[in-house]
Amino acid sequence: MDLLNALVALSNFVLVPAIAYGAQLALGALGVTLIYGILRFSNFAHGDTMAFGTMATILVTWWFQSMGIGFGPLPTALLALPFGILACVLLLIGTDRAVYRFYRAQKAKPVILVIVSIGVMFIMNGLVRFIIGPGDQRFADGERFIVTARDFQAMTGLDEGLALKTTQGITVVTAVIVVAALFWFLNRTRTGKSMRAYSDNEDLALLSGIDPERVVLITWLIVGALATVAGVLYGLDKSFKPFTYFQLLLPVFASAIVGGLGNPLGAIAGGFIIAFSEVTITYAWKKVLGYSLPESLEPSGLVQLLSTDYKFAVSFVILLIVLLFRPTGLFRGKSV
Amino acid sequence: MIGNLRTFLLFAAVACLLVLTGEMQSWSTALLIFNMGLISAIMSLGVNLQWGFAGLFNIGVMGFVALGGLATVLVSMPPTTDAWAAGGAQVLLGLLTGAAVIVAAALALRHLPKSRLRGATVLAILVGGFFLYRWVFDPGVDAVEAVNPAGTGYLGGLGLPVLFAWPMGGVLAAGAAWIIGKAALGLRSDYLAIATLGIAEIILAVMKNEDWLSRGVKNVNGIPRPVPNEIDLQNDAGFVATAQGIGLDPVTASSLYIKLSYSILFAVVLVVLLVLAQLALKSPWGRMMRAIRDNEVAAEAMGKDVTARHLQVFILGSAVCGVAGAMMTTLDGQLIPTSYQPLRFTFLIWVMVIVGGSGNNLGAVLGGFVIWFLWVQVEPIGLWLMQMITAPLSEDSALRAHLIESAAHMRLLTMGLILLLVLRFSPRGLIPEK
Amino acid sequence: MSEPFLIGDAMTGGYGRGPDILHACTVAVERGEIAVIVGPNGAGKSTAMKAIFGMLDLHEGQVRLDGDDITGLSPQARVKKGMGFVPQNHNIFTSLTVEENLEMGAFIREDDISGTMAQVYDLFPILREKRRQAAGELSGGQRQQVAVGRALMTRPKVLMLDEPTAGVSPIVMDELFDRIIEVARTGLPVLMVEQNARQALEIADKGYVLVQGRNAHTGTGKELLADAEVRRSFLGG
Ligand SMILES: Nc1ncnc2c1ncn2[C@@H]1O[C@H](COP(=O)(O)OP(=O)(O)O)[C@@H](O)[C@H]1O
Ligand SMILES: [Mg+2]
Repeated sequence: MDLLNALVALSNFVLVPAIAYGAQLALGALGVTLIYGILRFSNFAHGDTMAFGTMATILVTWWFQSMGIGFGPLPTALLALPFGILACVLLLIGTDRAVYRFYRAQKAKPVILVIVSIGVMFIMNGLVRFIIGPGDQRFADGERFIVTARDFQAMTGLDEGLALKTTQGITVVTAVIVVAALFWFLNRTRTGKSMRAYSDNEDLALLSGIDPERVVLITWLIVGALATVAGVLYGLDKSFKPFTYFQLLLPVFASAIVGGLGNPLGAIAGGFIIAFSEVTITYAWKKVLGYSLPESLEPSGLVQLLSTDYKFAVSFVILLIVLLFRPTGLFRGKSV
Repeated sequence: MIGNLRTFLLFAAVACLLVLTGEMQSWSTALLIFNMGLISAIMSLGVNLQWGFAGLFNIGVMGFVALGGLATVLVSMPPTTDAWAAGGAQVLLGLLTGAAVIVAAALALRHLPKSRLRGATVLAILVGGFFLYRWVFDPGVDAVEAVNPAGTGYLGGLGLPVLFAWPMGGVLAAGAAWIIGKAALGLRSDYLAIATLGIAEIILAVMKNEDWLSRGVKNVNGIPRPVPNEIDLQNDAGFVATAQGIGLDPVTASSLYIKLSYSILFAVVLVVLLVLAQLALKSPWGRMMRAIRDNEVAAEAMGKDVTARHLQVFILGSAVCGVAGAMMTTLDGQLIPTSYQPLRFTFLIWVMVIVGGSGNNLGAVLGGFVIWFLWVQVEPIGLWLMQMITAPLSEDSALRAHLIESAAHMRLLTMGLILLLVLRFSPRGLIPEK
Repeated sequence: MSEPFLIGDAMTGGYGRGPDILHACTVAVERGEIAVIVGPNGAGKSTAMKAIFGMLDLHEGQVRLDGDDITGLSPQARVKKGMGFVPQNHNIFTSLTVEENLEMGAFIREDDISGTMAQVYDLFPILREKRRQAAGELSGGQRQQVAVGRALMTRPKVLMLDEPTAGVSPIVMDELFDRIIEVARTGLPVLMVEQNARQALEIADKGYVLVQGRNAHTGTGKELLADAEVRRSFLGG
């Protein structure tokens, strides 16, 4: 038995990746949940919104790289991020003006808006593939690791190494900053409070003189920023591929629903719940168990509950369980 | 009356488009489009049953279509006797174990008194059962997959005529729909949507990973056909003579003959399903369905069992998609799990229903043909457009190369645009519900 | 006859394209007075309030505030003109804290709102105590205080209350009536709908009895309380 090595292996293969993935999902789910809270529909174009913002960031990154601009040990994409956000926000606001506003004025049923968002999803998906192509893009540069497994082994003298990728570090730091800023905005500023008020009770917000169009505009602004940050962090950590981003829709929605649609705190909790479940259930536990169990009990197989291809099944099953036993999510969401 | 004329004219226009394709491109292309149009129309009918009749928001169409494809393999491929001998029984036993575990958990959930102990028991049954299931199942799978992995490596099918696969596809899809419906109908519409989206991904994950069942990403090729082979026709003296009699070379003639045979088979299925759907729509059952759709609360207050009705229509619609999926795999002659993409097999079908006119069966069929036609033809048109636009750019311009290369993605843009335009300016579709 | 401060004059109209609910209905409140609308359930009391606040279209009739015709203004514009409204239902932001509710009430104000907030807290001391709590967690009476407080935050020139005592215990109700009188004493005209007709008419300067969208009886509170028919039909004898 060697619990210390077990803990390091667990951190290396489960905890650290799940925290990074959870942060990415949480940022994605925050966007979904804000749209649901303010505009009152489930936006199926959110995965492709993330893809668009990331694509714009990648293009600017390439441009910076071609001009020899870098960010030292950090990825150049972080410098390009504001430009990606800008492009994404412009696209979203344009879409709102051209598409969603009409249905808002009509007071269309939420399900109609969902179908409309499917049309938007097609267009954004096509746009992204048209501009950057359907292939895989890796755009992370700079230092790859904060701590490599070998350094860690050398430092601690343990058999197991704990690698910490730069992208994982950046993901967590960025996510913390973004979430803190968002909650500060929503809870401390007048505009943020008016958004919460509008989400809570639209009619009363109107009676209080809150301008719905302004609330909607600011929502898209925030959503564009959140989606781009989430997408870029995910892309840095793994890679960018339009179809993968479309598929992120499922875990992102699962996070938002599990936490309670419309509830920002819930979106964050949901993101981590989904990420940890996915990673733990699809991880091969042989190594960790090997360290932590007495020799006689050491497992012979991989001890992988499900192959990684079934990771969608995990988010899905958690989603169903939560919906069946607590239909408004863990943190009381709202229903339109 | 005006409505009928409009319907007639719209269908005539589609026919004209196909004839035009035949004349300008080739009859082979036109028939290909027509055949997939027939299949698309059937899928669209299935989704229309769910959405148009009952307002159920199913975006897991791809999963049911893929199940139909799986049914084709399970019914028509020859059984792999060696694999059955090596581990077939064990695999079946494993599946039975899995089913028994779930039943046991469900029974415990239902019959034990509600308490913390019940939760713990159910959890224990599920977790313990999972390991038991894997313990029985895994060796069987390994044994099956070890048998000639390059050629088979799976259990094969029943070796029955492939036409049996079509109803079987429906049955398989209906079974899946029953399970999903039991769990997820009654949820709010956007929750149901996410649930169905998830189920479709899971079905695909199973088909890509469970090699013993479907060969996974190794694909299943050479699925038997319900029509003759082109080569056999070309070697048939009588056929060659007839072909030359009408002025066609045997190769073209055989290809057209085969495609036409498929067309007839598919058209028969479409007509049967369409007639059934129309009868259902006009029946008291259909009227009740629409009453529920228009005002669920009132219908429930009048004593209608809304969830049970929804379950029925959800199963029926999914079954129709399953049949269409089986037909499509039959036409392709192969099962390629990686070729199932939600944009193509779920959302495109939705565009068909909305554009055609949700709630109207003829509309759904029309939408199937129109959208499929556009889906195929937008690519060459886009390419042509790009070549026109980029003509002033120099031959080796990178931008030009990129634009021409990207023309293929115009499809998605176009479909999104069509969907949005129809929703905005003609929300009830080309042939509105009466 | 002098013009009342706020008057919905001979209003006729209904919701959307539905049937008319109000038929030449008139309600008004004078400066510094309390006017009360009573009547059976479904009589159109809430509808009359919404009509005055511009939340439904009138086919006929006018709404005038301080002599100006405001019939065409949106509800938000009426808020800016100095009208405060507490609707019957959903009249607080349940997920916001009490203080945030008050802040949102003052959303259109650009100046310092701390003075007004202090006044509201003085009027409803319990709210000061609970100012960091989510309004949805409060008791029924406290929620109504939040609702009234929210409407007062704009420093309105006229306050409209739709059943401010709905669903609260009799003791709390008396307390709420006292507060409303206190508000009216500061010179703020109050137009309110009340289920508890007798008590409401007792504090009313002017009373309106609505039946099926029409004015059935109109008079001072005392006149209506003394009117035999009103007593028989609406006050239980
Ligand atoms: N939002 C609405 N849309 C359509 N009709 C309504 C609406 N609200 C109320 N009504 C109808 O208007 C009538 C008067 O209702 P209301 O003004 O709420 O009565 P009161 O407040 O006097 O109890 C009722 O017949 C009610 O059904
Ligand atoms: Mg009322």
